[in-house]
Amino acid sequence: MEFGLSEDQRLLQDGVGRFLEEQSPLEKVREAADSNDFVPRGLWDGIRELGVPGILVPEDFGGMGLGFLDAAIINEMMGRHVAPVPFVGTSVMAPIALTLAGSEAQKQNWLPQIASGDAIVGVGVTERIGVRENAGVIANNGKLTGKALFVIDWSKADVYIVADRDNCLHLVAPDAAGLSSHVLNTIDKTRSVGELVFDNVEAEPLPGANVNIVARMIDAGRIMLAADTLGAGQMMIEKAVIYAGERKQFGRVIGSFQAVKHLCAEMTAALEPCRSLVWYAGHAMDEVPDDASLMACHAKSHLSEVGRFVARTSTEVHGGMGFTDLLGLHYWFKRIGLDRQLLGGPEQVRLEAARLQGWAA
Amino acid sequence: MDIELAKEDEAFRAEVRKFIAENLTRELSDKITVGASAERSVLRGWQKFLHKRGWIAVNWPTEYGGTGWTAMQKFIFNEEMALANAPRLSPFGLSMVGPVIYTFGNEDQKKQHLSGILSGDTAWCQGYSEPGSGSDLASLKTKAVRVGDDYIVNGQKIWTSYAHEADWIFCLVRTDETVKQQAGITFLLIDMKTPGIEVKPIISIDGLHHLNEVFFTDVKVPVTNRIGEENKGWTYAKFLLVNERTGIAGVPESKRSIVRIKELARKERLGDGGALVDDPAFRHKLSEIEIKLMGLEFTNLRILADAAAGPSSSTLKIVGTEVQQSLAELAVEAVAFYAQPFQKEQLLGTSNESPVGPDYGVATASAYNFGRAASIYGGSNEIQRNVIAKAVLGL
Repeated sequence: MEFGLSEDQRLLQDGVGRFLEEQSPLEKVREAADSNDFVPRGLWDGIRELGVPGILVPEDFGGMGLGFLDAAIINEMMGRHVAPVPFVGTSVMAPIALTLAGSEAQKQNWLPQIASGDAIVGVGVTERIGVRENAGVIANNGKLTGKALFVIDWSKADVYIVADRDNCLHLVAPDAAGLSSHVLNTIDKTRSVGELVFDNVEAEPLPGANVNIVARMIDAGRIMLAADTLGAGQMMIEKAVIYAGERKQFGRVIGSFQAVKHLCAEMTAALEPCRSLVWYAGHAMDEVPDDASLMACHAKSHLSEVGRFVARTSTEVHGGMGFTDLLGLHYWFKRIGLDRQLLGGPEQVRLEAARLQGWAA
Repeated sequence: MDIELAKEDEAFRAEVRKFIAENLTRELSDKITVGASAERSVLRGWQKFLHKRGWIAVNWPTEYGGTGWTAMQKFIFNEEMALANAPRLSPFGLSMVGPVIYTFGNEDQKKQHLSGILSGDTAWCQGYSEPGSGSDLASLKTKAVRVGDDYIVNGQKIWTSYAHEADWIFCLVRTDETVKQQAGITFLLIDMKTPGIEVKPIISIDGLHHLNEVFFTDVKVPVTNRIGEENKGWTYAKFLLVNERTGIAGVPESKRSIVRIKELARKERLGDGGALVDDPAFRHKLSEIEIKLMGLEFTNLRILADAAAGPSSSTLKIVGTEVQQSLAELAVEAVAFYAQPFQKEQLLGTSNESPVGPDYGVATASAYNFGRAASIYGGSNEIQRNVIAKAVLGL
């Protein structure tokens, strides 16, 4: 047994982290957010060069062919630097759908484009978790009708992958006749989600789709969102500690007051054990299939709660500055907020976890 | 990342399970399941089994009678023992003073004390806290004055667990009042039979006697009972505290407790006749704690793989004791009104009569009540937060 990251994984994570730290500082994040640019050219080009979009794409199709733990530690860095680039939909959920359910031709067409970063893929599976606003998609003779909400990586998508109510998956072109598409402006301006409305829209089914594949996409997405919160939370702690060491009141830095020290220590004690939880969840996706769905629920619900605690507490430590636009701490706060709600909030995933353990109907 | 146990570790686990199956009597594990405290004689019996097998000093080096196990083997052993409800052995000798003696003690001290700690024939207690020195331990005032080949000790210790059953006490005493607090402390081993020592009970919230005050009046302690150098005691004391905190996290014990609460929750009925697991509010609480515990468990595995990568012992102490206290609270919720009867004889295991209510109700409330101590002992959780702020975050 060796519970930890390999040397390669550490290098991968450090590499992506360093790149984002240099190429995606807060000013760049702000610039992208203010212009609603969810795929900023320069940054995306750099991400492509690192091979990140193809992390899960099999090597035969031009990707890195790595596992979900690798994807999770990259997503952690994305959260840490509130990176305004596609990832969960395009680089994680879409490759699962295509690899497991796509025809040979579909794989040949899309996987290399995903791996190279030439294709952005919006993914709509929200209604497989829970339905709001009468949303949901019905397939009839190969044509789609209905509505998909909270499509992940919606902006500038070259294709959408949408789950219908029978757990079939469909490729939909963004310019298909009868499709109308709307941005959903959320609190988090670093990631794009949108709404798709279908009126008898031509779509191309992924022939191998079934309920298990859709579930696997959702499990993976949840683990990524948990990892995103882990990274964002870690950064919020570090920012709080730095601020507490600089800000002076009563003639001394506020970090010398026990009330402030304890807030920082509590954040640390709450978040640090989460790291091992996220690692194991990512690992389970590849190596312990029986545990994967439950661990995805556990990681998602726990990181949602701990993330919220850290986000609030770090904001508290920053005093008045914490809730200004100027300081920009709110990008992390909101990132953690959206992570909590996408692909099932903690209440929902806890219910699913109870069902998986035979506790609830 | 590799979570498969190596073949030799699997074999080791099987060996431990076999030993438990052959030696841990039903009577003993039942007592622990119920939550009652096992008597000292019973504990000693269990310690003898382990000692005979050479499995008593899990963390000690082999030259002093330890197991020489790998970190993974220790982990497996502790987990199997907890899951089987084996009694927890007293930590004062085996986990606390033993390592101090073989690390900092001289040959005579090792010869005199280690074998009794291993066999369980000598029981130890810990003389650290004083009425005026709790969290601010270094301010301690119990005074030792050198007179010829002896120290004359005067003062008082408090919260001394099982002092009333102990043969020896390891004590922090002040030997220099003129220097920085930490630089004037000495670590002494004192025979509890020495004239001038008086032990008075402190009855705790659970109605039982675990704790004591220990008074020292002109107690004569040979200088040969001093560990290491005079005025260097704080170094040895801190070494011991780190060991203490890591053990306090109690991850395998909490895992066992979750299993038990799940059993209870399936059994216990809500007012409307449903089982407690059907109540989403209860499930929510239980699952939050279970996930928190999983995080700790995986973190322990992570520390096994790379000790430097893990969080500090203070983090483990805080989170571990929070989990323990939350679980004790949930257990009380699960047994509901059967947590109310106070049945001292049943708790102590000194009665043959059946308890009021089910067996599992007997110790639930008292475990919850005394469990409040967990966030205080071993350095209160507030002190741990200070340690994290200073040592981990640099504040």
